[in-house]
Amino acid sequence: MPPPLCSRVLLSHPFSPMSLMALREQLNMLVNSMYIEGLLDQQFQQLQMLQDASSPGFVAEVITLFCEDAERILTELTKLVDQAVVEFQKVDAYVHQLKGSSSSVGAQNVKLACIQFRQFCEENNKDGCLNALNVVKHHYYLLRNKFDTMLQLEQRIQAYDSKQQN
Amino acid sequence: MGGEMIEDADAEVLSSMWPVDIGNEARKQFNIENPGMGRDMLKDVTIKEDPSVVDFKRLLELTNYSEKGSSQLAYLVKHWQYKHVNTARLINEELDILNKQRQEVELKKQEILEEHQFEEERYTGSRRQLSVLDEVCDIWGRVPKRRNDVLAYNKKLDIDAEYGTVIYWKERAIQLDKMLEASIHREQTLMQKLQETIKNLETKSSPVEELSQILKRADNFLHFILQTAPVVIGHQDKELRYRFIYNHFPSLEGEEIIGKTDVEIFDGDGVKEIQDFKREVLERGLPAKREMTFDTPLFGAKTFLIYVEPVFSKEGEKIGVNYMGMDVTDQVAKREKMVKLREEMAVQKAKETELNRTIHITEETMRAKQMLATMSHEIRSPLTGVVSMAEILSTTKLDKEQRHLLDVMLSSGDLVLQLINDILDLSKVESGAMKLEATKFRPREVVRHVLQTAAASLKKNLTLEGHVGDEVPVEARVIGDVLRIRQILTNLISNAIKFTHEGKVGINLDVVSEKYPGFREEQLKVRSGASVSPLTRQSADSSSERQSCNDRETSHCPSSQENIDENGIILQRASLIDDEQDNHSQHENIVWLRCDVYDTGIGIPEKALPSLFRKYMQASADHARKYGGTGLGLAICKQLVGLMGGNLTVTSQENHGSTFTFILPFKVLLKQDSGSADEMDISDGEAVAVSTKDEIVGSFLFKPRKLIDSVVRKTKLYRSCNYGALGTSNQLSEESDLFSSNYESKKSASPPGVSANSDARCSMAEAEGPAEQNCDIKVYGFGNANKRDEECTDAKQGFTVHKFDNSNMDHCRIKKIDQSECERMMSADGDNMAISDKCHPTCQSQGHDKENGNAQCLPNSRSPKILLVEDNKINVMVAQTMMKQLGHKIDVVNNGLEAIRALQHFHYDLILMDVYMPVMDGLQATRLIRSFEEHGCWDASVVIRDEHATPRSDLSPYYPAAGQCRKRIPIIAMTANAITESAADCLASGMDSFISKPVTFQNLRQCLQQYLPC
Repeated sequence: MPPPLCSRVLLSHPFSPMSLMALREQLNMLVNSMYIEGLLDQQFQQLQMLQDASSPGFVAEVITLFCEDAERILTELTKLVDQAVVEFQKVDAYVHQLKGSSSSVGAQNVKLACIQFRQFCEENNKDGCLNALNVVKHHYYLLRNKFDTMLQLEQRIQAYDSKQQN
Repeated sequence: MGGEMIEDADAEVLSSMWPVDIGNEARKQFNIENPGMGRDMLKDVTIKEDPSVVDFKRLLELTNYSEKGSSQLAYLVKHWQYKHVNTARLINEELDILNKQRQEVELKKQEILEEHQFEEERYTGSRRQLSVLDEVCDIWGRVPKRRNDVLAYNKKLDIDAEYGTVIYWKERAIQLDKMLEASIHREQTLMQKLQETIKNLETKSSPVEELSQILKRADNFLHFILQTAPVVIGHQDKELRYRFIYNHFPSLEGEEIIGKTDVEIFDGDGVKEIQDFKREVLERGLPAKREMTFDTPLFGAKTFLIYVEPVFSKEGEKIGVNYMGMDVTDQVAKREKMVKLREEMAVQKAKETELNRTIHITEETMRAKQMLATMSHEIRSPLTGVVSMAEILSTTKLDKEQRHLLDVMLSSGDLVLQLINDILDLSKVESGAMKLEATKFRPREVVRHVLQTAAASLKKNLTLEGHVGDEVPVEARVIGDVLRIRQILTNLISNAIKFTHEGKVGINLDVVSEKYPGFREEQLKVRSGASVSPLTRQSADSSSERQSCNDRETSHCPSSQENIDENGIILQRASLIDDEQDNHSQHENIVWLRCDVYDTGIGIPEKALPSLFRKYMQASADHARKYGGTGLGLAICKQLVGLMGGNLTVTSQENHGSTFTFILPFKVLLKQDSGSADEMDISDGEAVAVSTKDEIVGSFLFKPRKLIDSVVRKTKLYRSCNYGALGTSNQLSEESDLFSSNYESKKSASPPGVSANSDARCSMAEAEGPAEQNCDIKVYGFGNANKRDEECTDAKQGFTVHKFDNSNMDHCRIKKIDQSECERMMSADGDNMAISDKCHPTCQSQGHDKENGNAQCLPNSRSPKILLVEDNKINVMVAQTMMKQLGHKIDVVNNGLEAIRALQHFHYDLILMDVYMPVMDGLQATRLIRSFEEHGCWDASVVIRDEHATPRSDLSPYYPAAGQCRKRIPIIAMTANAITESAADCLASGMDSFISKPVTFQNLRQCLQQYLPC
């Protein structure tokens, strides 16, 4: 099993410049704060673990994919829930997808909100669904902002990395 | 004053006077108010006197002669007497009083006179002293002071003059004179009054008058009470002639009734009875009550409660009856209705209870059976795997001991398989799921094959013989389910052989007279009574039979027994059936075939006979130990025979042998000209050429040990015939045996059929052993299996035939699977040539994924192939990356249906399956995959959809070799919520394990380690 991302990076680059160290520190801080806030859970570590030399941009790739997917789903959901007659089955299917994705990337709050959302779907509760959708959106955009920051940090770190390798 | 007293006495007496006839004690049952008031009350009431009709003469007689009447009369007289005595007493009293008063007055008068006399004497002579006792001797005081006004006389004389003077005395004399005068006057008045009273008494009403008045009053009351009551009151004399009747239903005039009997007046139901009843009461002399129903033209149907009492004369003779009837029709109707309702309720309740119990029992039974069937089914699949692996193992190089162990293993496995197959068969019949085929067959060939099969594996010194009656139809014109008939025969024969140590075992086949109506009815009765199976086929109902037969032939169910050969000409057949349907109405006939399977074995004790056909029953525990077996064989036979509309019976003599007899109805086609088409349908496993050669033979004899050495090859041949008998396409196996001899002729006869046939044979060969496409090799393959069987029988005698059949069954299943697969492909596609291409296994590399193709061509390649079934892109990405890190490359599909498609084309060692997916979820996909693994064919819906939805002409389907086909692919569920419930669902659907999502590295690796041993 490969060691966790951060320690590995630190170990393999013991003499990197301060700015790089600072960037990594910042990234670690960010991720830790996201754990603390409940935005992320252990699953995200799994993603980080999967990122190695053979797939350097893996986390970024997954996050981008997740965000695209989530936004598409949220758009669909907004449409569906706004309709006079809500097709709860469709809604449920989308929420399920979002739940699957979010749980895969470790987006804990979004996942939990999705679970709540699905319950309202099962009850065919339109108001509940509307509320839940808002909650999901809220959590998602919160997460997305953080992810954006994270991705920027990652990019900069990678830029340093590639520069060093060169 | 006096009158008032009389009135009081009168009322008092009346209260106890009436009616006397109800009892001698003065019970107050009949109270009448005072006449004055009573009159007032009754004045407003109109009393109809019509209803009562009285024979007065009789009444007189009655009152004179009957005890009751006389006592009543006597009482009336007594009452009158009492009354008058009372009156007389009162008058006497009054007289007494008057007399006393008179006496007093006279006394007084005398006193006064004496006084005056004394006074005068005083005047003239000596003066006498005044009585001092004047006050003391007060006689008035002694007189009872009954009347105050009487006492008023005792007044002091009030005289103003001085005592002793003349004036005084004069005054006093005058006063006394006056008093006397008044007294006399009063006396006169009283006398007058007395005279008047006496006069009054004389003129007062006579007793008769009074009596009649009383009677009248009572009568009025009676009428008043009875006028609307639904009662009839009557009196009848000794001859039961009416003397009095009061009838609320006045429809008869008096003269019509009086002096007549009931019978004379009425006619209809109940009249005679009431007359008899009255007579009975009269004779017995005791009152009685009875409810009687009348139905007379006069009253209609009415029910009366009748009370009849006898009337006695003073001498104690019976002189008639009183009777009273009350109309209780409504009450009786209500009561009867209630009784009926109660009865119905009770019956209903009882029924309900019974039904509930039955339902409960049935449910329990069904559940138990279902459970058993499911369990058996579940056990069979892995067991089949074990046995087939062992079989494959037996083909490898083994030393002697290993082979021996393997043989024991195989025979044990076969035994268990046999048991399970039996259970499944039985539950199939019982649940009604067993469907009978209707195919043409030749009965004598069936008998021959069964015997040949038995002979081939015979290890005892027994003679097998068969005899087929001349009347038994020779050509293939008998319609029935030949497979099941064979099963029955084989079972019976194997049983016979099992329990026979020397002598012979044989089959007799005869036609029971067609014109034997009694027999058939009896058969039908037996069938319905025995309740053999829920699906009893009425063979007599030829139209429905035809219909169902037709349905079966045109529909392509997966378990269809149709030959490959037939599929080639499926369209022709369909049209043929239409023709047949028209012809059948004229050309078919029912024939009852009687089949005896006899032996000279140990026989069956009489006490074991009743339970012989019951499940899991053997003649005794000793037998079970000695001969083995499950005790299901005969139960299955019995049920199958019942299902076909016949009956299986047994006669047996201990130590001399048993005979099992079943009689089955079959339809027989009368002669038709469409000979060649007919031959195509024959499903009894005999090729045309053979049948024409042998069809004259009516008897078969198989001497012990005769065939074994000389024709080993032939033995195999017959065995493979038997495969057909036990559930697979007969013609195919037949074809493979007689391949060399018949192939050419067949080919020329029906080219399309043959081409399909040869294809099917090839695919079958593949199923039989890996990479074997040669038909000859296949035959050897059978030979191997059979050889193994024979060796097994060496090791374990007694199960010979059963076990053998069973291993056959097992083989059949595998083959059948492949055939039906091909069959479906063919019918779906319709192009035989294309199918023939498809049926050939090819290892072409796939256009889009070369690696897959390679892996498929090299099933033993080191790197295991993993299929991920997941619709979520992110999940896919994560899982893919994880697998990559773990060193595995995986194929990804997005839903269950795609997974099945992938499986249809490639081989995988592991499947990771998401549960919740669009199009087809993981549970369903798993179920379909498991079903494929077991039956070797995909569910029709999947296949058809595959054919139509994604025509992949570039992909050649890969049919895995038999061994791989049987292998269970591990399927790991990936569940989003790993709560126990969904885990249970996964396992129930046939998944091996589950990983909860999101998938983690750890989980995945553990799972791979567990399921990919490499």
